[in-house]
Amino acid sequence: MTAGTGGGAVTAGTAAEGRFAVRRWSRTASVAAAGSVVAVAALAGVPYYAGTSAEQPLVTLFCLVALASLWNLMAGFAGLTSFGQQAYLGAGAYALYAAASMGLDPFAAIPLAAAAAGVLSLPVSFAVLRLSGGHFAVATWVLAEILRLAVTLAPSAGGNTGVSLPGVSGYDALLRQALTYWWALAVAVCSVAGVYALARSRFGLDARAVHSDPVAAASAGVAVGRTRRWAYCLSAFGTGAVGAVLFANTLYTQPGSVFGVQHSVAMMFMVVIGGIGTIEGPILGALVFFALQQALSGYGPWYLVLLGAAGIAITLFAPRGLWGSLAAPRGWSLFPIGHHISGTS
Amino acid sequence: MNWVGAVVQGVLVGGWYALAACGLSLTFGIMRLVNIAHGDLAVCGAYLTLVLSSALGLPVGYTLPLVLPIAFAIGVALHLLLFGRALRGGPLAPVLVTFGLSVMIENLLVAGLSADPRSLDAGRLALAGVRVTAFGSVITLSWLRIAGFLTALAVLGGLHLLLARTSFGRLVRATSDDLDTARLVGVRVRPVFATVAGIAVATAALAGVFLGMTATFDPYAGGLSLIFAFEAVVIGGLGSLWGTLLGGVTIGLVQQLAAQWDVQYTVLAVHLLFFAVLAVRPQGFFPASEPEAA
Repeated sequence: MTAGTGGGAVTAGTAAEGRFAVRRWSRTASVAAAGSVVAVAALAGVPYYAGTSAEQPLVTLFCLVALASLWNLMAGFAGLTSFGQQAYLGAGAYALYAAASMGLDPFAAIPLAAAAAGVLSLPVSFAVLRLSGGHFAVATWVLAEILRLAVTLAPSAGGNTGVSLPGVSGYDALLRQALTYWWALAVAVCSVAGVYALARSRFGLDARAVHSDPVAAASAGVAVGRTRRWAYCLSAFGTGAVGAVLFANTLYTQPGSVFGVQHSVAMMFMVVIGGIGTIEGPILGALVFFALQQALSGYGPWYLVLLGAAGIAITLFAPRGLWGSLAAPRGWSLFPIGHHISGTS
Repeated sequence: MNWVGAVVQGVLVGGWYALAACGLSLTFGIMRLVNIAHGDLAVCGAYLTLVLSSALGLPVGYTLPLVLPIAFAIGVALHLLLFGRALRGGPLAPVLVTFGLSVMIENLLVAGLSADPRSLDAGRLALAGVRVTAFGSVITLSWLRIAGFLTALAVLGGLHLLLARTSFGRLVRATSDDLDTARLVGVRVRPVFATVAGIAVATAALAGVFLGMTATFDPYAGGLSLIFAFEAVVIGGLGSLWGTLLGGVTIGLVQQLAAQWDVQYTVLAVHLLFFAVLAVRPQGFFPASEPEAA
């Protein structure tokens, strides 16, 4: 646990068999990191050379990537399966509405909306983290239902009919869409990079220990409650940002849809199918989900039956997901988070 | 409106919550399975009754001898196909698998039977009521609600006797207490768990039938049913059947009392009570003193 917290290779000593080294980084990882920077730079330029027709689907994709990574932060690393992240999606959207109604610039207020979701999650975490497993999952869902009902019953928040985002009329349509696009890209990049950084830190080690065996982790000195609380609150913060960006994108939000459990279905599906507990998996899962959504959403209920069946089949028969099944046997790791021990003699 | 009436109605409605919740409590108490699809299976019971009673031309009540065994068989099959594997697949697998099942059930119902709200025709029972005078106020009680409450009591009592007094119950308790030791002394765990899953789904289907007779249902009604059932389990205390009854009655009371104030706030009041219990008394009000109380 002490070796290799920095990066690069650490020569860890002489065992009877010979010398061995603990590595966290690799040439593939350097290439992947450099490639990601280039890809993000290329994507950041899309409003200049591709226009709004490319922006719209990419905003959706970026939001999916962010949601999947943030759900994975809880489920894949801290072992918390939430079915209530739509609570923070809605909290972010309605916080943005409140901020914009008070005259703040909607795009400048997106971090505020995220912070509002994060602040809300802290007291909530003290209640829901008393439970674990399936009980935790349903309790978080209840929170989303509470917020949905509260917004529906509040005429000042638009009630059941929903609200439009104020303060955007001053923006030129092209600029507004470009700003939304950049915000979506920023939220996706920050979510993925943030989860990557967290997973490689001491927190990541603690979280995976808590995930594998909370009792053993606690006895080894890991602060189980604090680790789970961080994962839950950071995930809520990021999900709040996604909610605000989605609201800025559609300019309209309604309690019935933003607080719907279908968002959790999507998050679970993306993470499970892509590969739970990896950095690459949720990104791949978001791409698969996005493609399926574009191709099959016309089939209505059958499309969701397929998602449910795929989620079950992958969980039972290929629990490492697409990325894990492809990468693990071949030793691929674009964004390494574990430690790799190899002989050096 | 009168408060005495609200209290009596609340207790009767609470019986339904307990009936919806007891299967959830049972599978968690015995095999540590939180079945996210429990509410959807209840709704399936309502649809199954609807289809059978219209296909056979029978009143709702007469289809129960068919519906309950079918539901039991579905529960056994689900355990053998999914739940058993999921329970061996690590801590996240049961949650993910039953959530996937819930999504599948809801959308299969939409695809096969449309999303229109339905209800079950309870016949003469639906409108019949009894007028009672208590504490100087006249209360009208529906026979259907009374029947639902008595059914819940009978189911919970039956489950209690089954677990406490029969040799099958002894196997269940032994398995629940210590899986490995039970195996070691020759308990065949799979059939025991499959039977428990069958019983849980049958009680869910029964709750679904009462739901269908007292209210409308649609394919998405499973989510809210699960949440209410789950709240009854947590408020009552995890893993305790009698706690689940008291949890159900608590929910019924809060709902009916909130309705006295404003009907819009009934569901919200129940959810807020649940969060308050979770924050203040997470073990619930009547936790199982021993695991065998299941």
